Amino acid sequence: MKTIDLPKSSTALREGNVRNLTEHVVEIVSDSGEGAQKCGQSFGTIAARMGYGVWTVEIIPAEIQPPARSVAGASGNRIRFASSPVTNGGDDADLVIALNEQVLLGRVGEMKPGCTILLENKWKDDPDSSVAGAYQRTVDDLDQAGFKVREVPMEEECLKHVSNARRGKNMFVLGLLCGIYEFDTQLAREQIESIFAKKSRAVIDANVGLLEAGFAWARENFDLRIRIPATRPDQPLVVANGNTAIALGIVASGMKTCAMYPITPATSASHYLSEIFEKVGGFVHQAEDEIAACCFAIGASYAGSCAVTITSGPGYSLKQEAIGLAVMAEIPLVVVNVQRGGPSTGQPTKVEQGDLLTTVFGSHGDAPKIVIAAASIEDCFYSIITARKIAETFNMVVVVLTDASLATAQTLFPRPRYDESWHAPPIDQSPVPKGALRYDWDPETGLARRFIPGQPNGMHAVTGLAHDRRSRVAYDPRINQEGLQNRSKKLVTLQKTLKTPPVFGDGEGDLLVVGWGSTRGAIEEAVRRVRSEGEKVSALHLRFIQPMPPGIGDILRRFERVLIVENNWSDRADGAGIDEDNRRYSALALLLRARYLVDADCWSEVMGQAIKPATIENVIREKLS
Amino acid sequence: MTTCNLIPECCRHSGDDALTVEDYGRALPRWCLGCGDHAILAAVQRFCRDEQLPPEKTVCVSGIGCSSRFPHYMETYGFHGIHGRALPIAEGIKMARPELNVFVSTGDGDCCSIGAAHWIHAIRYNMDMTVLLHDNEIYGLTKKQASPTSPRGLTTNTTPRGSYLNPLNPLSATLGVANVSFVAQAVDWIPDILHEIIRMAYHHKGFSFVRILQRCPAYLPNTFEARVKDPSSVRLLTHEDGLVPTPAIARVYGNQEEHDPLDIHRAREIASVSDPIPVGILYRDPAVPRYEDSFDSDRTDTAETTGTALERELDKITIQASA
Repeated sequence: MKTIDLPKSSTALREGNVRNLTEHVVEIVSDSGEGAQKCGQSFGTIAARMGYGVWTVEIIPAEIQPPARSVAGASGNRIRFASSPVTNGGDDADLVIALNEQVLLGRVGEMKPGCTILLENKWKDDPDSSVAGAYQRTVDDLDQAGFKVREVPMEEECLKHVSNARRGKNMFVLGLLCGIYEFDTQLAREQIESIFAKKSRAVIDANVGLLEAGFAWARENFDLRIRIPATRPDQPLVVANGNTAIALGIVASGMKTCAMYPITPATSASHYLSEIFEKVGGFVHQAEDEIAACCFAIGASYAGSCAVTITSGPGYSLKQEAIGLAVMAEIPLVVVNVQRGGPSTGQPTKVEQGDLLTTVFGSHGDAPKIVIAAASIEDCFYSIITARKIAETFNMVVVVLTDASLATAQTLFPRPRYDESWHAPPIDQSPVPKGALRYDWDPETGLARRFIPGQPNGMHAVTGLAHDRRSRVAYDPRINQEGLQNRSKKLVTLQKTLKTPPVFGDGEGDLLVVGWGSTRGAIEEAVRRVRSEGEKVSALHLRFIQPMPPGIGDILRRFERVLIVENNWSDRADGAGIDEDNRRYSALALLLRARYLVDADCWSEVMGQAIKPATIENVIREKLS
Repeated sequence: MTTCNLIPECCRHSGDDALTVEDYGRALPRWCLGCGDHAILAAVQRFCRDEQLPPEKTVCVSGIGCSSRFPHYMETYGFHGIHGRALPIAEGIKMARPELNVFVSTGDGDCCSIGAAHWIHAIRYNMDMTVLLHDNEIYGLTKKQASPTSPRGLTTNTTPRGSYLNPLNPLSATLGVANVSFVAQAVDWIPDILHEIIRMAYHHKGFSFVRILQRCPAYLPNTFEARVKDPSSVRLLTHEDGLVPTPAIARVYGNQEEHDPLDIHRAREIASVSDPIPVGILYRDPAVPRYEDSFDSDRTDTAETTGTALERELDKITIQASA
C-alpha cells in the first residue's frame, strides 16, 4: 500500500482563501448504501475528538433500499460543528457533498444562499444521455441559484486506489472534508481503524489510502480552506443519540424489564438495550403487540420493580387503556413516547411534538399521570432515572416524551457519574402488618404503600374497577369519589416538590418564548441572538408538563407578551377564516392559557424536522415588530 | 388458621400451620347460582389446599368478564386486569418473578376474541403458568351476546335470528400453535376430574392450557343440561401418563379412550370432536423450552454491579480528546 506524503501546506492555497469561522454546517448525501451515513458519523466523531461542539442529524429515506438517484432516496448526515458546545442542529447548510445530483435536489431548501456544493462529476459523461442531461441541468440550475458548485472526479480518483469505487468513496469524501477543514488526519486514520476494526488489514489500509487521497486531492485542487478553532473540553464527554441515552438511563435507573413492540423511531433504544441489558439482570421483551408490551410491563412492575415500555405515537394510542389500568391500580410504570409525525401512521421517521395532550389527558376517565419532556439528549438519560424514581415513589405512570429529532441526533454531553441512589431498591419482601390496607391513602399526600407478591399478609387483588381501600370492588359511589380524589392528590404532592424552572435571560421583559422538549436548544439560541441586539426577550422551558411546577404563572405575567413555540399543529392567528372563536392553539399554549389565564400566543410548524434557530429568530422579530 | 371439622378431607393437612380450603377464599363469590365458575373456584381452592401453595407466592390473574372476577375470591395475590389482556400481564409477572405460582382465569370472549392475539403468542412463549379457559360459550357480564365459541344458530341479543358462524375450537387452535406444551379439557360438572386436571396442569412446567366447559344458568340454561345427565356424552381420555380416573369415576363414566398425551396427531383428531366431549389430557410435552428460561440474566445484581456495567458502556462512547 502506497502512503501519500500529506503536504503541510498547499501551494494552490492563497492565505486570503482561508476562512476563519466559529462554526459550519456540513451535509453529506448519497444514495442509500453508499456510505454517506458512515462518512458523516466519522466526520462528527473526529470533530468531537478534536474538541469541537458537535450535533449530527441523520438524513434517512423512508425505505430500506429506495431507488438509486432519486430525490426521496437521499441518505446521509448533517453535521454542525463549532468552537463552542452546540445544542441543536443549527440553520441551513454551509457546505454539502453529494454523490449524485438527484439526492441533492431534496436538500436545496436546507442550504444557505451561496452554499458550497461538492458534487461527484461522473454522471456528466454517463452513457445514458438522460442521466448526463439531468446532471448538467441540475448543475446549471444550482449555479444560477447562486450556489457554488464544485465538480469533483470522486469515482475517477477512487479508481486509482481501489477496483470498486462504490465501496470506499465515502472515505475519499471524508478525506476531502478533512482537507477542507484542516482536520487532524491521524485522528481520521484512527477513526477508520475503529470502524473497520472487525475487517482485515487490507480493508483498513485501502480505506486509509482513500482517506489520504481525498485529503491530498482537496489540498491540491481546492483554494477552499476553512479554519474553525477547537477548544479542548475540561471534562470527559460522551457522544450519544437520544435513544442510546434512554437505554443507558434505563440501565442506570435499575429497571429490569423493558417490554416493547418495534416502531420507528423508538426501536433503536431497545436494540441498544438488548445488547447490554442482560449483563445487569434485565431483559427486553419484544411483545406480540403494543398492548401486550404495556401489559407485560405492568405485570412485571406489579410483581416487583418498576418496568418500562418504549413506543412512538401509534403505539402510545394502543397502550392508552393499559396505561389507565396502571393509573387505577396504582402500579408504577415508565412509558417512553419517542414522538413522530401524526396523526395515524403520519411521518414515522420525522419529528413532531404532537402527543403532548394525549399523554396529559389520554386514557378514558380522569387518569392522572406524570409527564416529563426531555429537553436535550443528555436529558433523555436523566429523565428516565427521574421517571423511575417518581413512578415507584408515587405508584404512578410516568410518561417520558422525547421525539425523532432527539432520538436520532448525536451530540456530546458530560459523561454521567453513576450515583447509587439512581438505582431501584431491592424488591420489598418484608411481611405486611396484619390488617394493613392496600390503598391506605394518606390524607395529606394521597400516597399508599403497595404490597408486592411474596410479602406475607399483603394478599389482595388489584383491579381496574373502582375499589375501596382493601382493593375490593366498590359499589358505593362515595368510594369512587374517594379513589379519584386520592389519585389526583398525588399530582399535587409531587407538584409541591418541583422547582420553578429558571428563565433564560432576564426575569421580565417584552417577550417570553416558552417551549418544551427538543426545541430548547434552538429556542435559546434564537433568544440569545435577539438579546445580543438589545431586545428584551427571554425564554422558559418546561420539563415537567404534568404536574406544572410552581411559579410558572408569575413568570408569564412578568412579560408584556408570551409566545409559545412548538413542533405541532396550530392555526395561525391571521389564517383564512381563523378568529378567536375558532383558532386552535398549539398543545402547550392550550395548557398555559387554560391554567394561567394568560393571553399567550403560539407559533408552531409541522415540517417534520427540528425547528431551526433562524426560523424562531424570525418569528420573534415578527412578534416584536 | 381456621380448621374445618365438617368435611374430614379438609383436615388432611390439619397441622397447626396447615392452610384449609377456606384460607384460600376471600369474598363471597357474586356469580349466579349454578354458574360453572363456582365449581372452578372450588377446584382451584381445593388444589391450593392440597399442595399448601403459599398464598403470598401465588398470583391469580384475569381479564374482564364473569370468570375474571376470580382473583377477588382467592386469598392470594391477584390481578384483575383489562379485557383480553390477562395473559400478557401474567407473562410480565412470571418473567419478573419466576418463583411465583401463576394462575390465569380467562373467559371465551376474553381469551378467544378480544385477547386472541395474546393467546396465540402465550402458547409460543410457553411460560410456566396454569391457564383456565372458563368457556360457557356466551358473553355473560355484558348480557348474552354470541361469543366465538357459541354454537352456530344460537339466538343471542346480537344474533336474534341465530348466530351466523361456526364456533372457534379453542383446543384445535391451541394445538395448532408452535411450542404448544399442554392442552387439556374438563367440564364443570365432574369436579374430581376438574381438580385432577388442574393438578396435572399446575405440575406441567410450561403453558398449561385447560379449557373448561361450564354452564351459564342465566343465559344458556339448556346448553349442557342433557349432557350433564348423560355420562356417556363425555369420553374420558385415560393414560398412565395422563388421566387415571378413580374406580368410582370410571364406573360412572364408562365411555373412555386410552390416549397417550405425547401423541399430538391423535390429540388434534380428538380435539376436533365435540360430541362426545373429550375430557382429559389431550397433549403434554415437558420438553418444550420455556421463554423465562431463555434469558441469561443474572437477577442478583446490585446498584454496585449496575454501576460497573454502566461505566463500561460509558467507556465505549466516551470521546477520547486528542492530545
